[in-house]
Amino acid sequence: MRIAVKGAALALMLATGLAQADTVPTPQDDVTTFALDNGMEVVVIEDHRAPVVVNMVWYKAGSADEPEGASGVAHFLEHLLFKGTDTLDPGEFSRTVARNGGSDNAFTSYDYTAYFQRVAADRLDLMMRMEADRMVNLRLDEKDILTEREVIIEERNQRTENDPGALFGEQRNAALYMNHRYGVPIIGWRHEMVTLDLDDALSYYRKNYAPNNAILVVAGDVKPDDVRSMAEQHFGVLPPNPDLMDRARPDEPPQRAERRLTYRDARVAQPYVSRVYLAPSRNHDDQKTAAALVLLSEILGGGQTSKLVRALTFDSQTAVWAGAFYDATRLDESSFGIAVVPSEGVSLQEAEDAMDRVIAEFLVDGVDEAQLDRIKMQLRAQAIYSRDNVERLANRYGKALATGLTVADVQAWPDILQSVTGEEIVAAARDVFDRNQAVTGWLTTPEEVTQ
Amino acid sequence: MKFVATLLTSLLLAFPAWAEIDIQEITTPGGFDAWLVEEQDIPFVALELRFKGGASLDRDGKRGATNLMMALLEEGAGDMDARAFAERTEELAARFSYDAYDDAVSVSAKFLTENRDEAVALLRETLINPRFDEDAIERVRAQVASSIRSDLKDPNSIVSQAFDAAAFGDHPYGSSADGTLDSVAGLTRDDLTAAHKGVMRRDNVFIGAAGDISAEELSTLIDDLLGDLPETGWDMPARADFALEGGIDVVPFETPQSVALFGHEGIERDDPDFFAAYVMNVILGGGGFESRLMDEVREKRGLTYGVYSYLVPKDYAALYLGRVASANDRIAEAISVIRDEWSKLAENGATQEELDQAKTYLTGAYPLRFDGNGPIADILVGMQMDGLPTEYVVNRNAKVEAVTLEDVQRVAKRLLRPEDLHFTVVGEPEGLEAEAPGQ
Repeated sequence: MRIAVKGAALALMLATGLAQADTVPTPQDDVTTFALDNGMEVVVIEDHRAPVVVNMVWYKAGSADEPEGASGVAHFLEHLLFKGTDTLDPGEFSRTVARNGGSDNAFTSYDYTAYFQRVAADRLDLMMRMEADRMVNLRLDEKDILTEREVIIEERNQRTENDPGALFGEQRNAALYMNHRYGVPIIGWRHEMVTLDLDDALSYYRKNYAPNNAILVVAGDVKPDDVRSMAEQHFGVLPPNPDLMDRARPDEPPQRAERRLTYRDARVAQPYVSRVYLAPSRNHDDQKTAAALVLLSEILGGGQTSKLVRALTFDSQTAVWAGAFYDATRLDESSFGIAVVPSEGVSLQEAEDAMDRVIAEFLVDGVDEAQLDRIKMQLRAQAIYSRDNVERLANRYGKALATGLTVADVQAWPDILQSVTGEEIVAAARDVFDRNQAVTGWLTTPEEVTQ
Repeated sequence: MKFVATLLTSLLLAFPAWAEIDIQEITTPGGFDAWLVEEQDIPFVALELRFKGGASLDRDGKRGATNLMMALLEEGAGDMDARAFAERTEELAARFSYDAYDDAVSVSAKFLTENRDEAVALLRETLINPRFDEDAIERVRAQVASSIRSDLKDPNSIVSQAFDAAAFGDHPYGSSADGTLDSVAGLTRDDLTAAHKGVMRRDNVFIGAAGDISAEELSTLIDDLLGDLPETGWDMPARADFALEGGIDVVPFETPQSVALFGHEGIERDDPDFFAAYVMNVILGGGGFESRLMDEVREKRGLTYGVYSYLVPKDYAALYLGRVASANDRIAEAISVIRDEWSKLAENGATQEELDQAKTYLTGAYPLRFDGNGPIADILVGMQMDGLPTEYVVNRNAKVEAVTLEDVQRVAKRLLRPEDLHFTVVGEPEGLEAEAPGQ
């Protein structure tokens, strides 16, 4: 049984994304890449098995690029891009996609905002035309703003206010990042969301939405030359934003003190302990450290044979679930997390102590080479399985390019993962497992005895 | 937007190619029927097995046995304990998952061409020779109990369980397939071996495969994999009577946003009007951002992040359900709008334009489902369980096209019964109790 504890596991995944999700792009990807004259990057991934295409536009702007006091505006704007333009009525974008038998949606993260449609390959031109249109011609009125603000507040209710695990994750991230906006929730703090207005939305739009801040990713039954001519026709004519700023975000100061927090909520059914450490992410000059951390997360908490699961659920009955999570693909400093859901009758302190013993033993014993071989085998297989889902490949490239990596970096990544040694993994673990750069959190009920 | 109209004219010609999905029907020497889509581009196979009856075959007092049994199949088999099995699976990079649902249990497998024989041998051990070791039972029992405890405090689970219990009472549809804390605590190893024999057998299995394998190879594989299953097992469940009447009931739960599950009886999958109902539901609440419910509840009023309705043709009951979540002080308005839309469509029907939009959406979206070996294997099994012929993939869009406005109006009048619509609400809703006709 892989994920028994729905609440806990889900909360952790939403907070950071599983490492598994972006571990292995494949060297066999049939990928072409080029740039338009106005600076827009284009990635084409060919898969001719079915006459279907995924059209994605990624903006290199997410919630961590918001101005202070306007948290949630990146996500709010994402919703508002489905309202009208000079030539489209509100709602007409999605209606048109649906009329053409497609589906569309969008998502916002810390580092990017992305819009996509899945549609028959012969509808690609129309999709690009509409995406290019809303990149520059958005038209909003006060009523759009007010109604849609209610919608995002209900979205926050659904995702966060109704879920103690999500509320806990917000508090924990806010404590981990003392100066960087990764500490602010993507959906926004509620008290700031309710004040978001037309000016907030439009100023974020004008600052960030431009071809020289965007990546087009097209995947499916397409030829690169056709994509190029469509992209030049629709996006190539848009002027670049000459005032586009570097994505300079505030650095974390030296973190010198361990942080701990306890969140109590009557709706908690299954208490758990988690710890998040600041951790480097992949970057263009060095993907090796991040690769070591991906393997570390697999070794410690990646499955039935991982260290935490073995020690806490097989060798002892300390936990019903344990895992590790790490998001390698961030623009700035990421985090590495560990969580343990104690068995009935085991206190959070006992669970935390057991978790720390596993980490300490790992740092002494080092990597079990047979386990590392199994993990690497699975990563190689992942390269085969992932070719079956072209949309996931498109996401992988879009996310990487939106966080400062290149197509070459994406394609080098599988070999880098395979090249990491046990010593490098232990070295990366020693650097990351510094309690002064970490937050330990307990999620529990009002009644749980804490010490 | 001007250019849309001209593009629409060519819409119906968009997918002439779907006849190209070549489904091979196989009967193995051992007597199993299976469907295959051979696709050699990527060196792996997706195999989907489903055993009809599923968790609804649980014996009286043994609720959760089928679910726990399925969770234990990967926790030790043959000469391997749980650890050895997990290591072996990782070495082969095979992916097996075992799930229990109301009407079927499923086994989903993906394995590489390069080590197919070893992977299938491993999978076979889990299906034929599961160990049900005592330590594994206790470990997984604790996980299931943890999951049940979580559900008891999750408004989305609470609402489903309250609605199902009121609708179906003692029938298995009336309770969670996970079982209760008490019933799971009482399960023994004998209960699990009995569930294994009763649920997974030759006479109720449906098989779909897609990927890098020939019909002949698949045929041998299936006989090796399933040949030693028992011929038959427990009798299929009885039909479930739907006991809920129209109205509203509230399950008090301290949380800022109320969650509502609503519905009444639906329509059987083999009903002549099923397609008309399916198209009608797209208009009412089934299709992304375009439905009447999304338009009225979300787009116009901002009352929710999402509202949906969906047909649920189960094997032993048919339901028409919907979901919405709104802040405690706004859920009453959301419910009122949903009721109005239910009535309006029943009384006034849909427009030709809505019908045309729903059809172009459905016919265009259908081919998008076949987007990988895993999804294709799923579809192949689903079609067999629904008793559909292989030609269905070619004819399905024509069936959608054949639905007329009269069909939609007729089925709307028949299916949508605002007076029978029951809302179960979990939260602290304001202004709801007073208007509950069913209370």
